[in-house]
Amino acid sequence: MAVIGLSMTNERHPANVIYNKNNLRLKVKAFPVNERGGTYHGEKVYTKVSEIPEAVDLAVIATRAQAVLEILNECIHSGTGSAVIISGGFAEAGHIELQERIAAMAREANFPFIGPNCLGIYAPPHVDTFFIPSERIVRPEKGRVALISQSGGVLVDHMVKSAREGFGLSMAISIGNKALIREIELLGYFSNDPETDVIAFYIEGFEKNEGRQFAIEAGKCQKPVIVLKSGKTPMGGRAVSSHSAALAGDYEVFSSVLSQFGVVEAKDEFELIPFCEALCCYQKPIDGRIGIITGSGGHGALAVDTCLSHGLTVPTLGGQDQQNIRERVSPRIQTIASFTNPIDLTGSAVDDDFVEAVNFISQHEAIDCIMILLLPYLPGITTDLGARLSQIYQQSGKPMIGYVPHVEKYLMFVEGFQLNGIPVAHSIEEAVHMAEALRRHQPC
Amino acid sequence: MLTYEMKEILQASVKTGWILEPLAKRLFSLAGMEVPRYVSTKRVEEAALFSKQIGYPVVAKVVSPNVIHKSEKNGVVVGIGSEEKLREIFDRFSKIEGFIEVLVEEMVSGVELIVGATNDFQFGPVILLGTGGIWAEIYKDVVLRMAPLTRKDIDSMKRCLKAHPLLEGYRGAEPINSEALNQLLLTFSDLVMALEQDFESIDLNPVICDSKRCVIADARIMLKK
Repeated sequence: MAVIGLSMTNERHPANVIYNKNNLRLKVKAFPVNERGGTYHGEKVYTKVSEIPEAVDLAVIATRAQAVLEILNECIHSGTGSAVIISGGFAEAGHIELQERIAAMAREANFPFIGPNCLGIYAPPHVDTFFIPSERIVRPEKGRVALISQSGGVLVDHMVKSAREGFGLSMAISIGNKALIREIELLGYFSNDPETDVIAFYIEGFEKNEGRQFAIEAGKCQKPVIVLKSGKTPMGGRAVSSHSAALAGDYEVFSSVLSQFGVVEAKDEFELIPFCEALCCYQKPIDGRIGIITGSGGHGALAVDTCLSHGLTVPTLGGQDQQNIRERVSPRIQTIASFTNPIDLTGSAVDDDFVEAVNFISQHEAIDCIMILLLPYLPGITTDLGARLSQIYQQSGKPMIGYVPHVEKYLMFVEGFQLNGIPVAHSIEEAVHMAEALRRHQPC
Repeated sequence: MLTYEMKEILQASVKTGWILEPLAKRLFSLAGMEVPRYVSTKRVEEAALFSKQIGYPVVAKVVSPNVIHKSEKNGVVVGIGSEEKLREIFDRFSKIEGFIEVLVEEMVSGVELIVGATNDFQFGPVILLGTGGIWAEIYKDVVLRMAPLTRKDIDSMKRCLKAHPLLEGYRGAEPINSEALNQLLLTFSDLVMALEQDFESIDLNPVICDSKRCVIADARIMLKK
């Protein structure tokens, strides 16, 4: 990797931050480049990419915008594999023509680049072009979600927030002005990436007809695709001359078309992370027939309300089913628990009661997703429960979603689920949203 | 899918910027969609003869390039029961700005839907199905899908409408002919794709459905500028 634009005087320069973190902590071999040459931290500074004695796979360009065209040209002619253009000062600053020239040059040479005006690619342990010092970021674990964002800030924010949410990232890419490589190319790339199971985007908007192509490609993609959209509200009123135009606002169309093609829309940032977590665990769509198992009648009632208002169903279990579960649970709760769905095992339940109830429901055809609302303060419940329930999932394949209050004291319960592949929500409502995300192909 | 006559209609309307109702209806009927029996004429005798043949009551609408929303200009009268009344309306309509002629057609009743299309910047042709009539924008009961529509899309559009029970026969009413609505939407979807380069938005509002058929009671095509 060549890092072009290294400063000899400013250690906070993006190129210096990128060079140092990659050189010191990542597997990639990094070469510093600055047109004036010299040495940096005892290493030779190359004056241009073509001087580097080894083949360069990636050039990170962090110079001023006016220098980028020539540098890119040199990268192309020296056989460099690709580039990330960190530099700003292109379309976002009104220099549309300059941006079009670099894109046209790369396109003609069939040379891929990300950016400009971006953070680039976060793909530890190999490479990380984000100009954020390592100690400033809460590093997400390596995992199976690819996160792609037009905004670098939104991306880093979500990386930080996802760090303890039970899933990791296969890669995070900030595409900035997306002059050449855009969402649709990355959708294609991650569709075929064996290390990625879920593809999540933050999108501000598409070019003319680009949304159509994106929707069609997302519809063909076997992996769950999640989109968080900004710019939902129009700036000021627009004059429209037909009912259809008035009724089909930009965002209404965006939202409807994506759901038509099975894309999961996260309505806000509070949904994006739990959707990644849930879809990372379960890629097969469900119909949304929920079985609720809890130790509190109130939790069950709240969950039913939320399920129904989100178009999910909570099928009532028949008398024989209820009797079957009753016979399996501990004698002391047999007469006080409720087995209709929600199944309320009461505050006297122990781990075994949850295991028995989940075991039964996971065999029941009327239910295709199990919601476990756990109260970690109940005396009979232990941190083993998550692991035991996940074994039932391994056998039955029926998705489970947990809810555990995310306070520090109960994090062991949370991890008991998460580390064993069961997503855990922060609230009952979030658990329902996770189930809704699993439906995917059901627009209403 | 566009026939020579359809292209002529488009060509003739470029200057106005939109396709007047009689021509729009002609275009949809050429595509195989059902419209009410109608005559569009300046001559009240012709309208009276037509009305007598199909039987009163009839509907009259003003045709004018200056009037996009006819009901806002009092340019629509329904339930006209006699020739005398028809003459009176002809007289009044002829004073409306830009008057060309009067569209007289049979009365149709049933469930009122809106079927529409917009040419979205990001997604291209998009089709809308909703609760129709002049209050469509107030009810906002609409479902949108990117064209071309599949049968699966159409099923989910109908299911997603709040007014869905009306299609199935609410409170003893006969259900609408669902297949007629499917056919109308499929044909409309093909037509919208064929018109992709030409249209900005299309309103078929209302489309009136009963147990037998779905009829385009009003139609307007706004062309790209």
